[in-house]
Amino acid sequence: MHRRSFLHTAMAAVIALGISACGDKAPAPAAKSAAPKAAEGLVVKIGSASPLTGPQAHIGIDIRNGVQLAIEDANKANVQIGGKPVKFELVAEDDEANPTKATTVAQKLVDAKVAAVVGHFNSGASIPASKIYADAGIPQISPSSTNPDYTLKGFKTTFRVVAHDGQQGPTLGRFALDKLKAKNIAVIDDSTAYGQGLADNFESTIKSGGGKILAREHTTDKDTDFKAILTKIKGLNPDLIMFGGIDPQAGPMKKQMAELGIKAQFIGGDGMQTPNFVKLAGDAAEGSMASIPGLPKDKMPGGAEFLAKYKSKYNAEVELFAPMGYDAVMVFIEAMKRAGSADPAKFLLEIGKTDYKGVIGPIAFDEKGDLKNGPITIYAVKGDKWEPLETVTPGAAPVAAEAKDAAKK
Amino acid sequence: MDIFLQQIANGLLLGSIYALVALGYTMVYGILGLINFAHGDLVMVGALVALSVVAALGGSVPVAVLLLLATGAAIVVCVALGLLMERAAYRPLRGAPRLAPLITAIGVSILIQYSAALIWGKQYISMPELFKPGKIVFAGVQITTTQAFIFALALAIMAALLWFIKVSRMGRAMRATEQNPDVAGLMGVDTTRVIAFTFALGASIGALAGVMVVLYYGQGHYFMGFMLGLKAFTAAVLGGIGNVAGAMLGGLLLGLIESLGAGYLGDLTGGVFGSNYRDVFAFLVLVLVLTLRPSGLMGVGSGDRA
Repeated sequence: MHRRSFLHTAMAAVIALGISACGDKAPAPAAKSAAPKAAEGLVVKIGSASPLTGPQAHIGIDIRNGVQLAIEDANKANVQIGGKPVKFELVAEDDEANPTKATTVAQKLVDAKVAAVVGHFNSGASIPASKIYADAGIPQISPSSTNPDYTLKGFKTTFRVVAHDGQQGPTLGRFALDKLKAKNIAVIDDSTAYGQGLADNFESTIKSGGGKILAREHTTDKDTDFKAILTKIKGLNPDLIMFGGIDPQAGPMKKQMAELGIKAQFIGGDGMQTPNFVKLAGDAAEGSMASIPGLPKDKMPGGAEFLAKYKSKYNAEVELFAPMGYDAVMVFIEAMKRAGSADPAKFLLEIGKTDYKGVIGPIAFDEKGDLKNGPITIYAVKGDKWEPLETVTPGAAPVAAEAKDAAKK
Repeated sequence: MDIFLQQIANGLLLGSIYALVALGYTMVYGILGLINFAHGDLVMVGALVALSVVAALGGSVPVAVLLLLATGAAIVVCVALGLLMERAAYRPLRGAPRLAPLITAIGVSILIQYSAALIWGKQYISMPELFKPGKIVFAGVQITTTQAFIFALALAIMAALLWFIKVSRMGRAMRATEQNPDVAGLMGVDTTRVIAFTFALGASIGALAGVMVVLYYGQGHYFMGFMLGLKAFTAAVLGGIGNVAGAMLGGLLLGLIESLGAGYLGDLTGGVFGSNYRDVFAFLVLVLVLTLRPSGLMGVGSGDRA
């Protein structure tokens, strides 16, 4: 989300132009131009839509690579659908992380007659594109979009293989109550849809779980001075402060907490789980906690094997969402196998019934198309890095806490 | 009580930065009758230049030298920009109807913001932690040595400025130009030079304020000058725009109002108005001052300028 590089001279700007120009030359999808062979076999096209150029290109290319890897594996396994051998083809498109471009790309994929789409990366791109796929009846799995609205449009074609923000707040709340044993909690949000939603979900979980909300304060996503609200909170003496917002506020906030001598722990959502937070908060960052949907990549059930496979193919480390992209393709193929058809109208119904053991863990969807029990991992700052602390599955108590309780007996 | 004192300290610290920025508004207004809306963006440029210097040289020179270099670079760039702004945008409009330079000022502000966005990008730029500030605890109030230093420096700059305007030759020329540019010209004051000097002085104080903001909050952003500028403008109006001492008083008061407002209003109104109304207080003050006492706390009711 945040570009780390910053251009402080015209020279740096020129270099950056050079870099983005290189980004444009990112490897073109191998199979895009290959004409479908009308042999006895069936050719099924799978679309991939993610930012392949621009500041988020590294994450978008990562997703595309995951999809490509899945398609290659499927072709090697000689998948048969309805008794016929099938060859899968990748159609990768660049949405530039831009909502407007995303709709163009979606239409392009529909016109290319893809059977299914893995994408997009950004919630802001996935949501407008979902209408186009829905109108065309083509199923879409987003590997990464966490905005709750994405699956709330009532489209039957919309799925995701990542936990959404509406699951993050309650998860953080339960973690605070069960694991941190927090009783007196102060909540701050940044008055944005993301931050306020996260904080609201957190707050209601705390209240229903018997915790006490001492204060609910608000700031904005432009502010950098939180001394007044923090001083007020200090007077209430909470043992935990939760912030719904992103790192440009969370960093200085943690720093100012330390300056005011506030001893309370600090927790937030994925918007502050970034290296930038650690930079902005400085030494004060130590011990801060934040959640991110998904498992840490080396903790995924199929993680080790996948990471090795990815490394040997692309000579690069998995950034973030390649495993989700890989699993999304496999979910489509499994559905096609069960339906005995690669016709979206036929296998779409089967996607909802998915029960698949993927790289990221068990995959099943609820009636909205959200991942059932999508795991959420809570990280804490140790040294100057975010280290995974524990993974929580919504609907279940924290895994580590359960183990501890068992040990106590 | 501790909490109350801490809120006072928070307010004074915040207010001292508002006051420094407000000086730039009030000096230019005093002399030209122009509200230079681009002044907040000058502060932003100062802050980002300082961040760039720190990023480029960090680690290779001692911290004190680094901070001096960063501050120096910020002042040089801001003064140059302030002079350029005056020469290119405002001087050609001298004598034009008052609305023209005001709209030009808004245009200059947008121009500087988006130029900065092109040069530095739109993301937040963070300041590495250069030194570990110590803690000062007094009567239950906690501040860091950095904050104490910023506050002391702000007061020192304000005192120096008051002294400069009262005692020095240029200060006298500034006061003369403020009272009546035409007569000052007849008395041998080079008013064009005085006006350019005022811009340069305001810009250099703005640059210092920018450096203080990055030292205090640890980050900068191309849009940071907008809100800061509006708040400082409010502070200048509160104190009586055109009045240098008034800008200082207005800045400190505004900081206190915001801090106490965000800290206590929620409890006083039973949660109806909370800390999310913090920015509203500042502008409520602006509206109240403009309606009830347009000349501000320390301003003298002046006739309309020609």
